[in-house]
Amino acid sequence: MTITRRQLFGLTAGAATVLAFNPKMSFAAADETDAAIKAFTGGAEPAAGTVSLDTPEIAENGNTVPVGVSVDSPMTADSFVESVLILADGNPSPAVATFHFTAMSGVAEAKTRIRLAKTQNVIAVAKMNDGSTYIDRKEVKVTIGGCGG
Amino acid sequence: MAKTESKLATLLAVAVVSASTAALAGGPADDKLVIDDEIEIKTRVAAPEGHPLDELISGWHYRTDETRALEADSFQNPGMLYVERGEEIWNTVDGAAGKSCASCHEDSESFLKGLGASYPKWDADAERPINIELQINKCREENMEAKPYKFDAADQKALTTYIKHQSLGMPVEVDLTQGDMESWWDKGEELYYTRTGQLNLSCATCHEDYNGNYIRADHLSQGNVNGFPTYRLKQSAMVSLHNRFRGCIRDTRAAFPPAFSDDLMALEVYVTWRGSGLGVETPAVRQ
Amino acid sequence: MASPKPRVKVPKKASQGEVITIKTLISHPMESGQRKDKKSGELIPRQIINKFTCEFNGQVVFSCDMDPAVSANPYVEFSAKVNEPGTFKFTWVDDDGSVYETEKKIAVE
Repeated sequence: MTITRRQLFGLTAGAATVLAFNPKMSFAAADETDAAIKAFTGGAEPAAGTVSLDTPEIAENGNTVPVGVSVDSPMTADSFVESVLILADGNPSPAVATFHFTAMSGVAEAKTRIRLAKTQNVIAVAKMNDGSTYIDRKEVKVTIGGCGG
Repeated sequence: MAKTESKLATLLAVAVVSASTAALAGGPADDKLVIDDEIEIKTRVAAPEGHPLDELISGWHYRTDETRALEADSFQNPGMLYVERGEEIWNTVDGAAGKSCASCHEDSESFLKGLGASYPKWDADAERPINIELQINKCREENMEAKPYKFDAADQKALTTYIKHQSLGMPVEVDLTQGDMESWWDKGEELYYTRTGQLNLSCATCHEDYNGNYIRADHLSQGNVNGFPTYRLKQSAMVSLHNRFRGCIRDTRAAFPPAFSDDLMALEVYVTWRGSGLGVETPAVRQ
Repeated sequence: MASPKPRVKVPKKASQGEVITIKTLISHPMESGQRKDKKSGELIPRQIINKFTCEFNGQVVFSCDMDPAVSANPYVEFSAKVNEPGTFKFTWVDDDGSVYETEKKIAVE
């Protein structure tokens, strides 16, 4: 026995309540994200490594996605992480948050929860006190549930 | 019964949908809910006699690692903000009689312990079942001389969450011997198996026949209500049981009954019974 | 909800030089400014908490600038190195200028 495409479509589309995003809303273009990174690094191209993002591979709901960031640094008065910029390149605006650390932070680690409008990259850029910058990026799949109640 | 006939069509349809998300598929997560490494919550229990399922499983097991972790940490659980707000309301005087909840229920701690796990109850005055929201309104009108809360008012949700949270981990137990509870249970059962809406789905289609499968990206649970009011990530707020009932019915593309109507009260009696023995999780965290 | 209420979790004591984890949460809708009112169709004006700061004995330990992409009831977790007993002061700044504050003491053994 087979099921027709129409039957399948009817069930899946019907059961879904598509998240209510404003269709006129423009999503952050890649260049807007790049501009935000450049503004943060002072124009420099951040290197890979040193900073790492912890995000779920699949977010159950885009309204509350846990995000953690950690930077490999001794966090002493001489050598510490100044700040970490978090961006989301598929949101209406890429800015998410900026963490500012001090030597008193002990370790350069922080967590928060963020909104992701759709499947996209989350980006973390770390700036050290000597001006060097590092980047990490992770894709987070945002599911659109069947029962958006 | 007609329900068996149309069952086959849905069975095939849902099977195809779940096959298309095979990478995600899987039953309940094999995990234990221990809140703050202290309070173990019964999230899997043997079903009571006469139950259509063998084992009752909390919706917690159907959520992702991150969502489950959120509930297991009472600090991180955003629902706890509403518990705190509810406690404030409990102790705040409102209405012409100059009373708060605590004015009458002096030994609040022992009064509230287990209370939330035993609702809905029979209300002899109204001659119908009453849930916590309705009990609060009854107290407000009769004893506090305050206005009853409108459905889903922020304070109603917070106070209900606080009251239910005082039974955290205690088993859900509905007393069906009171008044006419059994006939309301019967009515609730009938509604549970009645297909509604353009999609022709009953509660049982998703939550009895296909729990553990995916409907699009949503992992279907058994639809137990031991965690209500529940913090839903989508709304980023507390969601009441009757709000969720209405959401589910709307998703079948049917007109939904008003909150606290006879239909939804009957459904609350029946669905609460279906989760008998599961520990109260309020405020649970769901997608 | 009533006015935003902060919650913070700080260990009561630490050993000298220990790096502790601090968890903070505040009730706030974090209205993004991108949602429309369902009834009127008008955009709901943005109102978020835009800044969070943690100080220890008067010195900034950690701070965070927030944009509308931070979830409702914002949660921030971070660390602090404790060299002496003292008081952590936590401050959240709202778009409307309101400031929400709370404090926690820590002992050093």
